[in-house]
Amino acid sequence: MTITADSFKTGYLPTWCPGCGDYGIWMSLKNALGELSIGPDDGLIVYGIGCHGNMYDWMRTYGFIGLHGRALPVAQGAKLANHRLPVIVVSGDGDCLGEGGNHFIHAAKRNPDINVIIHDNQVYGLTTGQASPTAKAGFKTKSTPEGVVDEPMNPLTLAIVSGATFVARGFAGDPLGLTKLMVEAVRHKGFSVLDVLQPCVTFDKVHTYGWYRSRLYSLSASDYAPTDKLRALTKAVEWGDHIPVGIFYREEKPTSEDREPALAEGPLVSQRESQGNLDSLLEEFQ
Amino acid sequence: MSSGTILARAFSRAGYCVFATNEYPSLIRGGHNIVTVRIATREIHALEGVVDILMALNQETVDLHKQELHDGSIVVFDPKDYDWQASDFSNKPVLVPVPLRGLVEQGAGEPVMRNTIALGVTVGLLGVDFILVESVIHDQFTKKGDEVVRRNLAFARSGYDFVKTNLPALQGCHIAPTTKKEDVLVLSGSEAVGLGAVRAGMRFAAIYPMTPINSLITFLADHAKELRIVYKQPEDEIAGINMAIGASIAGVRSMVATSGGGFALMVEGLSLAGMVEAPLVIDLGMRVGPATGMPTWTEQGELQFVIHAGHGEFPRVVLAPADAAEAYTLTIEAFQLADKYQVPVFLLTDKYINESQWCVPKTHFQGDVLLDRGKIAQTEALASDVSFSRYSLGNDDGISPRSFPGQKHGQYFANSYEHNEVGHVSEEPMNRKAMVQKRLKKLSAMSRDILPPSVYGDPEAGVTCVTWGSTRGPVLEALERVGFAVGGTRVNVVHFSWIYPFPAAQAAALLSKSTRIIDVEQNATGQLSSLIREHTGILIQEKLLKYDGRPFFPEEILDKVQSVK
Repeated sequence: MTITADSFKTGYLPTWCPGCGDYGIWMSLKNALGELSIGPDDGLIVYGIGCHGNMYDWMRTYGFIGLHGRALPVAQGAKLANHRLPVIVVSGDGDCLGEGGNHFIHAAKRNPDINVIIHDNQVYGLTTGQASPTAKAGFKTKSTPEGVVDEPMNPLTLAIVSGATFVARGFAGDPLGLTKLMVEAVRHKGFSVLDVLQPCVTFDKVHTYGWYRSRLYSLSASDYAPTDKLRALTKAVEWGDHIPVGIFYREEKPTSEDREPALAEGPLVSQRESQGNLDSLLEEFQ
Repeated sequence: MSSGTILARAFSRAGYCVFATNEYPSLIRGGHNIVTVRIATREIHALEGVVDILMALNQETVDLHKQELHDGSIVVFDPKDYDWQASDFSNKPVLVPVPLRGLVEQGAGEPVMRNTIALGVTVGLLGVDFILVESVIHDQFTKKGDEVVRRNLAFARSGYDFVKTNLPALQGCHIAPTTKKEDVLVLSGSEAVGLGAVRAGMRFAAIYPMTPINSLITFLADHAKELRIVYKQPEDEIAGINMAIGASIAGVRSMVATSGGGFALMVEGLSLAGMVEAPLVIDLGMRVGPATGMPTWTEQGELQFVIHAGHGEFPRVVLAPADAAEAYTLTIEAFQLADKYQVPVFLLTDKYINESQWCVPKTHFQGDVLLDRGKIAQTEALASDVSFSRYSLGNDDGISPRSFPGQKHGQYFANSYEHNEVGHVSEEPMNRKAMVQKRLKKLSAMSRDILPPSVYGDPEAGVTCVTWGSTRGPVLEALERVGFAVGGTRVNVVHFSWIYPFPAAQAAALLSKSTRIIDVEQNATGQLSSLIREHTGILIQEKLLKYDGRPFFPEEILDKVQSVK
């Protein structure tokens, strides 16, 4: 059966605000899964809590809607239990970098074969507009009426220095480009981080589609090779009048699952009906 | 506790019943460290308050333990540490100076080798053949190479020979002969939990290091490859429980283990397991709280915590093993119950159980376990019309068949939000009510599996000691000493291994027969007695509570039972 965007219909309609960047990410993800032939029964999407996390209701795949910030640990547990199962994490900037910051760093360090898509809009939309960890200095929100005073977190540099083996940035207003990045990210064997710049049309009147479009440019294959960590970091801190999108860093390394000797003979889940054998162990205690 | 383990295993191999426990401060090295080994020709359940042989590797050890000696106890010490004289003791121990440091120097060993020499001295004093300890030393150190085996044997031998040559009169004065009846293992409670988990088909464990469950980590990590299990060290306990839930949802039996502080971090995840109905086993090794407390000491302070932990209302099971043998069987039971009811199941252990070493017949660990994974959706029975209802409401026991991600036509959402039968979010009032009832129905369904409290002694006895978890050992030890009777009145023990859902009817029936009930707990508030009051109305007036971090001694139990009410 051919997998298309329609394969994921649930009969539920999105509740996101009209014009929300989440639509572009959702559309891109459906198209990417179609291109990868990952159908509703074939993979697991683990969602966090935030506007992004409501996506499952109109996205028919196996879904785990976890606790705020805790999507990555759930995804890693599922992946270790069944490492042949495609596992994708749909998260947000508050979910992944605020409440779940520690999990993000350690997931990157372990390099599980999981793709995380960060809906990065600088605000907490679901709680009606407070500053997120990526909110830029000076940005006025309900929790920062005088403007954000802290430095913003940079998901890309954090991912790179933490050990992620695929780090990219896309734009919710460019579904075609974003689909391509998602396909690459999911195909990558290892921990792939895709930060998606996304306007919040309700709580952010500054970072609009137009604001992004006038600044974004693509890292082109001709003059940028995503193989140098230091160069990737230099690119990742570019912000202001010119903001790069594309693949910043990519390397091949053994995954978390590759390093588990117990998985060499197949997924743990294939052993789920059998008791353990203690015969060889008991003598140790005698 | 290597020397203690070797001593215990040596005597266990010879047919003795052994029990060993350790006490140490929360330091990496140094401080006062002791291991106490009790060796008996009959079945024993605890330590005694008195010491027969005190093996002192420094002066402080004698200072701290001389009150535990009786007339005739042997004190082995190195005169280079302090030259103890009879006048230093209020009782009359036999003083046995042994040049431990001198023997180390003779063998060109490191100071730590005094442990091994002391082991040889102890075996010599107990009058058993050296071959007993020789075989254990060989088996314990063989992985480290022949040279390590040879040196350890040489030092143990030098201690043994010192006794043979210099102290012939003391040999064999403390232990009666016995014969070996069967193969017996000597293992810690943590290791027994590990064996139980592996036997039960556990495939995934995410455990952040914390005293007192660290030897469970060692056991699982050491054997991960051969047993085809994954032990993952998470970044914190929050990640640990969420990883285990992820593995559980993906289809494998999974567990976490921690102590009270780590469990406090897991509470949010516990509630998640309750909501998505994920089978999960949580081994909570209690230690002294609150906060960081006294990390290496024992307590039973978390009974009410685990029963009430987690936001919202959802079912759970709480089991409390009393020793290593029960830790094994209840761990298996915990995995079976978790799958059957799709709920979190607690193993409420403590430092004393986890780190003490118990002797258990090998056959106890050898029976096959028929895994019952509970209600699982069969792929061939699933319709292709996207209609699978993971959280189906059509079951009287509240348990609905589950599918695993990747299974054809089994798609659903495991949702931390309140959800409908498929897993879509729903805040509709009728659905909410039905889902709460679905989950809570499991509590009444569980009643058919409840293990009733165990009774030791005459069920009709007038005096009853109430225990749970590790307090059973010292209480049984005490009452066996007096034949389960005090001053002509029979005394029994009503012991709870199954804590929650509370076996109210069985508890009420058993306790209503007694005219005097004594609640024995290792905490300051009598948490089990509160539970009994809550569920049966029975108010227990007399409590023997200990919360100084040290386990009960049988003598303390007898003092209480024999005291006039």
